[in-house]
Amino acid sequence: MSAAQWRRAMNGGLRQAEAARAPRRSAQPMAGAARVVTPADADPYAGSDAPRWLKFLWRTLSARHVFVLALVLVFPFVATPFMTFQVAAQSLVLGLIALSLTFLGGWGGMVSLAQMSVAGMAGYAVAVLGVSSTEISLGWPWWVAVPFAVLIASACATVIGWLSVRTEGIYTIMITLAFGVAFYYLVLQNYSVFNGFQGFQKVYPPEVLGLNWREPLPFYFLSLFWALVGYLAVKWLVRTPFGIALQGVRDNPRRMAALGFDVVAHRVAAYAFAGLLAAVGGVLLVWYNGLISPGSVNTGWQINILVIAVLGGMRHPIGAFLGAVVFVLLQTFAIDVIDRERFNLVIGVVFLAIVLFSPDGLLGLWAKLRSRFGPRQTVNSPPSRH
Amino acid sequence: MKWNARTWTWLLIGGPIAVFSLWAIADNTRLYFVTLLNGLTLASLYFIVASGFTLVFGLMRNVNLAHGSLYLLGGYVGFFVAEKTGWWVLAVAAGFLAAAIAGLLIQVLILRHMQGQDLRQTMVTIGLSIVIADLLLWAFTAQVHQMEAPEWLQGPLRGIPLIKAYSAYRLSLLVFGVAIGIFLWWLLTRTTVGAMIRAGVDDRQMLAASGVNVNLVFAITFMLGAGLAGFGGVIGAVELSMVPGEDTRLLLASLIVVIVGGMGSVVGAALGAVILGLAETYGLAYAPTYSVVFTFVILILVLAFRPRGILGKPA
Repeated sequence: MSAAQWRRAMNGGLRQAEAARAPRRSAQPMAGAARVVTPADADPYAGSDAPRWLKFLWRTLSARHVFVLALVLVFPFVATPFMTFQVAAQSLVLGLIALSLTFLGGWGGMVSLAQMSVAGMAGYAVAVLGVSSTEISLGWPWWVAVPFAVLIASACATVIGWLSVRTEGIYTIMITLAFGVAFYYLVLQNYSVFNGFQGFQKVYPPEVLGLNWREPLPFYFLSLFWALVGYLAVKWLVRTPFGIALQGVRDNPRRMAALGFDVVAHRVAAYAFAGLLAAVGGVLLVWYNGLISPGSVNTGWQINILVIAVLGGMRHPIGAFLGAVVFVLLQTFAIDVIDRERFNLVIGVVFLAIVLFSPDGLLGLWAKLRSRFGPRQTVNSPPSRH
Repeated sequence: MKWNARTWTWLLIGGPIAVFSLWAIADNTRLYFVTLLNGLTLASLYFIVASGFTLVFGLMRNVNLAHGSLYLLGGYVGFFVAEKTGWWVLAVAAGFLAAAIAGLLIQVLILRHMQGQDLRQTMVTIGLSIVIADLLLWAFTAQVHQMEAPEWLQGPLRGIPLIKAYSAYRLSLLVFGVAIGIFLWWLLTRTTVGAMIRAGVDDRQMLAASGVNVNLVFAITFMLGAGLAGFGGVIGAVELSMVPGEDTRLLLASLIVVIVGGMGSVVGAALGAVILGLAETYGLAYAPTYSVVFTFVILILVLAFRPRGILGKPA
């Protein structure tokens, strides 16, 4: 077994399982520490000329996917409107913003604290360009304002990324934090465009197709749709050649540069894509809250997004949503257990505990539990090539 | 004289500043010099806080994002000691000690167990900053605490040429900043511990291999860095009031100072503090709406042309 294969086999975990399931280019069997999936045997469509998407679905869908999908589709019809809107929809929106950080951190190796600011830029752009109770708002129709907002925020995210990627690892976190706080002070002190401390009130989603999209049920499905789009986009993107190259850049930038990949371009592109996710999340968030003010983009919220992403685990896109659900549940129900004011203490202690004891978040905890109590998993070594 | 890139840089940066200074002096001499002093005194506060930050980073590659919380902790402790005893000097010492002990606990109990995992350490300090900020809010409530200057520093100092009168306390900030700077210079270049710290900044493993107890050096440096934040908290508590949120402000200032000046370099921290302090106060005096943007532009310019800061060395 060569050193590279050994390392691959030892890396284990979710990423490995995914790599094993990913479409293969070469005929070489891959080493997988997790259960080795052999699609060729179980795939009834393998020989027939069924459409490719059907084959793909058969290979990738498993019982838990169907279960979760059914759960999120049925949930709003059995839960109270409060649970649907305040808990579920908020989790989905925050999860989408955290997903952008999960993508950057998990696959790009860049932990950016500016994702909430990017979301805030989109939110502010919607408020400034669209309709609000303030006179500053330009009052554009939503189908012009929203794409513009997403575009502006993504462009800003790209610029932030372009400036941040000149730095590495630990510097990135500081510089993006500095960007985020600078944006906070900008919107706090500028009254002509951002309306200062007050911000913008009554920024509501439009009424389209005769539906009021601020009602719990429509808003829930709107958030669910975009959360799913974001989730699947990340799942798809990390398997494309770009995604693979990005992971290479994360693991060893010098080697990738030596192989002829443009390291900076890949990183900036990752920032741009993450910015897009965060921008969509930001538009949804401003509609959810109905308002945006400097308080929505302060350091607390910048860090909350990091808390959500780390809480869930950064190795899989579902972690962001998992973290968001836990975060929102804590936020909503911590009042019953302790003082409302002490929410930050609770979330801080939970975050500390996760970072200290399970660096891979709740997903890591789950994987640990499964490896201890679950069915025994076989470790197959590939046939030696020597 | 050769017209190389360096000269052009100086000309491009210095030219507009010189033009602005000439105009501002001609326009209102007193305002210009008062702002200069304001900027320098603010810079010395920033320097005191940021030097601790950069010291810790330089040695341990550990971005301590709880630094702002330690600043606030020192400030609050100093405030209450001053209120109980009435001794300002005692308050300063208490603030320094409280933050230093908190820093020592953080280092020994938590960070030591994850040596070399930069990102995890940073996240831990983020978690700590959330927890400490909330505990402080719980203990000291959200109301504004303002400390009084000691009697011998109260009131303005009169008879200064050009600006006539200036707050004695603010001037003393300048003295503190210079004193801390000299102390750090002495500590780092003239003592054994300083030699160890400098050696650790360059090569930790080699230092350990030469028989130095690196963990002890780390603990001392972290204590000193945290203590400086607490010290800054007490002396800053007179000038800037203490409210929840100040921790983030000072953390941001420290971040910008060390990013601009160069991570891990104490001289860089001084340079960055002067640049940031002057930019903030001049911005506030001459273009109030855009004062934050000035800071931001400086940050971007430095990052674009010197990603490691003005005096930064490759890690």
